[in-house]
Amino acid sequence: MNIVVLMKLVPDLVEELSIDPSGTALDMSWLRLIINEFDDHASEEAILLKERGGGQVTVVAPEYDGVDEVLFTSAARGADRLIKIAGDFVTANNHALARASAAVIKELQPDLVLTGVQANNDLDGPVGPTLAECLGMPYVGYVSGVTVKDGKVTARKEYPGGLIAEMEVTLPAVLGIQAAEQPPRYVAVSKVRMVMKTATIEVRAAEALDPSGGPAVGRMFQPEAAAHAEMITGSPDEVADKLVSIFKEVGLL
Amino acid sequence: MSQDIFVVVEHLRGQVADISYLMLAAARELSKGIGGNVVAVLLGHKAEGLAGSLAADQVLYLDHPALAEFTSDAYQKALSGLIGEKQPRVVLLGSTTIGSDVAGGLSIQLGLPLASSCRSFSADGKFVSQICGGKIMAEGDLPSPTALVTMVPGGYKPEAGQSAQAPALTRLEVAGLDALRVSLAKYIEPEAGDVDISKEPLLIAVGRGIQQQDNIQLAEDLAQAMGGVVCGSRPVIDQGWLATSRLVGKSGKHVKPKVYLAMGISGAPEHAEAITDSDMIIAINTDPKAPIFEIAKYGTETDLFDLIDPLIEKVKAAKG
Amino acid sequence: MPERVDFWGIPYTWGSPAIYVYTLMFLAAAILLVRFYLRAKLWWQVGRLEVRWDKLHIRLGRFIKYAIVQTKVLGQRYPGIMHVCIAWAFFVFLLGTALATIDSHFYKILVGYPFLLQKLVMDIFTLVFFVGAGLAVYRRFIQKPRRLTLSAGFTFSLVMIILIVLGGLLTESLRLAVEKPAWAWWSPIGWLVAKIWIATGASEATLTAWHLGVWIAHLLIVVATLVTLPVGTLLHVLTGPLNQFFSKLDRPTGRLARMPENAKGEPIYASTLRDLTWKQLMDGDACTECGRCQDACPAFAAGTPLSPKQLILGVRDALRADGRALLVKDSKAPLLVGEKIKDEALWSCTTCGACVRECPVLIEHVDAIVDMRRYLVIEGRMDAELQTALENFGRYGNSFGQSERMRARWTQPIQPAIKDARREPVEYLWFVGDYASYSPTLTDVTRMTAEVFQKIGLDFGILYDAERNAGNDVRRIGEEGLFEVLAEKNVAALSKSKYQKIVTTDPHSYNTLKNEYPKSSEVSETSELSALPVLHYAELLDQLICSGQLKFSKKLGLKVTYHDPCYLGRSNGVYDAPRRVIQATGCELVEMPRHGDRAFCCGAGGGRIWMAEGEVQERPSESRIREAVKLEGVNTLVVACPKDVTMFRDAVKTTGNEGRLEVKDLIELVHAAL
Repeated sequence: MNIVVLMKLVPDLVEELSIDPSGTALDMSWLRLIINEFDDHASEEAILLKERGGGQVTVVAPEYDGVDEVLFTSAARGADRLIKIAGDFVTANNHALARASAAVIKELQPDLVLTGVQANNDLDGPVGPTLAECLGMPYVGYVSGVTVKDGKVTARKEYPGGLIAEMEVTLPAVLGIQAAEQPPRYVAVSKVRMVMKTATIEVRAAEALDPSGGPAVGRMFQPEAAAHAEMITGSPDEVADKLVSIFKEVGLL
Repeated sequence: MSQDIFVVVEHLRGQVADISYLMLAAARELSKGIGGNVVAVLLGHKAEGLAGSLAADQVLYLDHPALAEFTSDAYQKALSGLIGEKQPRVVLLGSTTIGSDVAGGLSIQLGLPLASSCRSFSADGKFVSQICGGKIMAEGDLPSPTALVTMVPGGYKPEAGQSAQAPALTRLEVAGLDALRVSLAKYIEPEAGDVDISKEPLLIAVGRGIQQQDNIQLAEDLAQAMGGVVCGSRPVIDQGWLATSRLVGKSGKHVKPKVYLAMGISGAPEHAEAITDSDMIIAINTDPKAPIFEIAKYGTETDLFDLIDPLIEKVKAAKG
Repeated sequence: MPERVDFWGIPYTWGSPAIYVYTLMFLAAAILLVRFYLRAKLWWQVGRLEVRWDKLHIRLGRFIKYAIVQTKVLGQRYPGIMHVCIAWAFFVFLLGTALATIDSHFYKILVGYPFLLQKLVMDIFTLVFFVGAGLAVYRRFIQKPRRLTLSAGFTFSLVMIILIVLGGLLTESLRLAVEKPAWAWWSPIGWLVAKIWIATGASEATLTAWHLGVWIAHLLIVVATLVTLPVGTLLHVLTGPLNQFFSKLDRPTGRLARMPENAKGEPIYASTLRDLTWKQLMDGDACTECGRCQDACPAFAAGTPLSPKQLILGVRDALRADGRALLVKDSKAPLLVGEKIKDEALWSCTTCGACVRECPVLIEHVDAIVDMRRYLVIEGRMDAELQTALENFGRYGNSFGQSERMRARWTQPIQPAIKDARREPVEYLWFVGDYASYSPTLTDVTRMTAEVFQKIGLDFGILYDAERNAGNDVRRIGEEGLFEVLAEKNVAALSKSKYQKIVTTDPHSYNTLKNEYPKSSEVSETSELSALPVLHYAELLDQLICSGQLKFSKKLGLKVTYHDPCYLGRSNGVYDAPRRVIQATGCELVEMPRHGDRAFCCGAGGGRIWMAEGEVQERPSESRIREAVKLEGVNTLVVACPKDVTMFRDAVKTTGNEGRLEVKDLIELVHAAL
């Protein structure tokens, strides 16, 4: 089974976010970029599929500050090939990413392409469906379980309320992963460091990035809260007292 | 090329999803700004009945056996044919397990621009989207010639998209739905939990802030003292600390209790959208900037671990 | 003239008895040595190399202190006296027999007073032995403490040694009964027993016959004991002293061994017996199953799957089962970790070192546990909460998952602003630590510390957001790579700063900064390392009190007790400084039963504070609180570690002792008394 995982890095929401001087984009200088948690799950799912059914896993990621470590971590988990797409992706949208990745991924002739179902900075839709269309492959998103049998893939697709739909997908296909079947495994720092000595990251240059299909942003801003809760302060006892009186007012006590 | 605003209706097993009504409400508002008819697009098989409550000027109903239940390949093919032919001004889809699966593909297939995570439209017809967990908003003009937009809940009330009068329905034939690459094998029901949290009047919800599985017991103790039920946000269920039947959120249950007591929950959009219909939300979170405080009626920064024991005591005392 | 007679009463009819005795003893000794060698060779042929034969003079000193004088055994009164009676008696018997052999063949020394003295000493120690044996019988069959293994093997050993000494006593008494020498009272015990024989009225010939019988039995029992020694519970007689002799010298208690590497420079993760050092394998065979480690272990007391005793015995059992097979070069080594030694047991350890402190044969449990944890980490076998903590350490440099920029947020209200040690030279660089910086429970204590430092006029500064977690617990979790990353960052920040000394309020940071920085990349562990000048704030305050720079204006008059933090006390020997500070603030200090190097860990160390608690019967912190409230009149528990503050304040609530006991950091006393 030839599996490709497309990963991207996203802003770490733990840090304070701010808008850049142009007022239309995030200020990248104060940002920390971390791996998109759903792409992490996609990578874990790929490794699980490889462990179960054999095959090869290639991880593809666009060039960002810190992407090398993410790629090496994937290799430490068990990925066989690492490909970095060179280019200025920091401000690129998902359409540009999809087109650039499709060019690289096509060559790899994968059976299955896994990527995270969404990312916190998606403004032109998540990259998965867009990528699938560029590759001419079907797409199923919100997948939390994958089974492979006789060249067909069964994807468990999540619906609200805990309902699952089992979709059968012909290969090759792109799946948008919501959750891997087990949480992404821990990779020790020393393992990553060891892998850094033996693994290589292949670099493919992207042709000029084509962001068409993404919306033009006229203004980016931090929302003022329309409303705000009435805050209760004081010692835990005082706060507890106030809460009990609220419960009484509402008729719960 | 028309000024119409298409709304792709989402339905699941014979029920129209709330997001569809919400998008119709949005479309109505948007048409006030940019003009055009609100056209509901309904795909299905023998599903005309679902169009009855849609607040649209017109319903385009595409019938085909392959469209009976949602599958991404069939829906995308049907929609691309329709949009390619009708060329509306705007197409609204849900930012959901249905809409998101096809919007990106349509964008590339038809060469149309796509704006996602849209929460509302401004009076002059600009889209306003939210990203980065709701911390950042992006606003822009609706791109031409046809703008594909996926929408998230929060900006409109679904009731505004419902109508007592059934709109005019036009049935269209769909061709080209063979050689489909995605098919629905079956649905799997969620484990019937001991409780249906969507029917409970008092929910004690825990999020990442509960930190450890052992601490869930504290929430259970409070729930027991108050006669409520414990539920949780995605991180808690993913860890296996609570059953899936207790998940509140985009992929879980939407709840409308009398009181929703959110402990250690930040209020990220996927969770917030599932609780906004609660009568009262009370949020306990040590981060004053947590988005949950924007939708909560009451809030406190007190550490939940300092608060729980006195609260349980006082609740027990109040109950006598 | 009193003198020793060779082979009294033993007939020379079939040749000199010496032939039989020496042949038998020689054979017994040979069998013992061969059997012992077969056991022992597994250590160095299966285990990894480690140099432990340096500084022989110190090692000899340890041998004398722990194997002969047996100071650790004496650490507990009843079993200490019991064992020492038995062991010293046998040392004396050995000496006495050696003298007899010299007397026999080389130089007649046992004549006159030397002879009488020898008889007296041997007799007294015979009595001492029986006192010890009596205590042992009572302990094994009546008292039956839980920590002991009460199996047949131990009973067999006890019976054998009793029979040996009894045999010696009986032969001597029978001879005295026949000879009735004038100097008989120089063997008081023997002579008393001899009177019994005399009273039976048996003839001299009969007594001599009995003597021969007992003598032969005695000889055979000694032979049997020697021959079974290497496979029985008396093995500790050999392995114990060996273990003490080869105990670790080259590093202080608070320092863990570096990551071992194989010939290719690749790191070795301990998952099988082959990955342990020969010394760690010897630890298994040196274990006497006394269980003192288990009794002292907070994880065991809490009901977790860890028993330090069972862990070490697990190594021993694995070696017994698989050792031979492992001698075959390149044969596949069966897994040790996850099989005989379970993941949960390894993760339950708080690395407090109480087991190491208690062990009479100086077994190094904590090192073995950390070595095996390193394997678990590399395999990713840990609970999700620990994984999150490690990922937070890696990404943010703290376990709270908060941005580095928030690290110094607690300083906001402090006026005047605390100096930035990265920008200006300071005398004391205060390494604040994660909990003190980020935990809301500790913010007040941290601010109070800053106030106190300012009030006493200290020239101090902090690293602000250049500080990272010092990595002590990361190392004990087994994530060496992450420790190196954190240490590199801290060392970079420290080397850019100008300071005289580092002072820290966190014993965990103290331990690793003092003992393990920046030397993780040093080539030789035994090279003299220029230590970072690190003080715990209790040491600093103690110094300032002594020098007069710190004076208190009030006497607090509180009755308090003090909990020695594991990483300040047991790991680094700092017990007195905090106590002097407490007393200087005018408080009366009452000690808990488990204090000093026997202090009972709060349960947070070794990464436990970030792990799922699992099924616990009684949290270590709760046990400690219950211990403290038993002290009459004591209403304050003084601690000197931020994790202790967190753990004990929680435990006060969960044990329902709010109002009865207050937990205060040492700095709070100082602050109040200024």
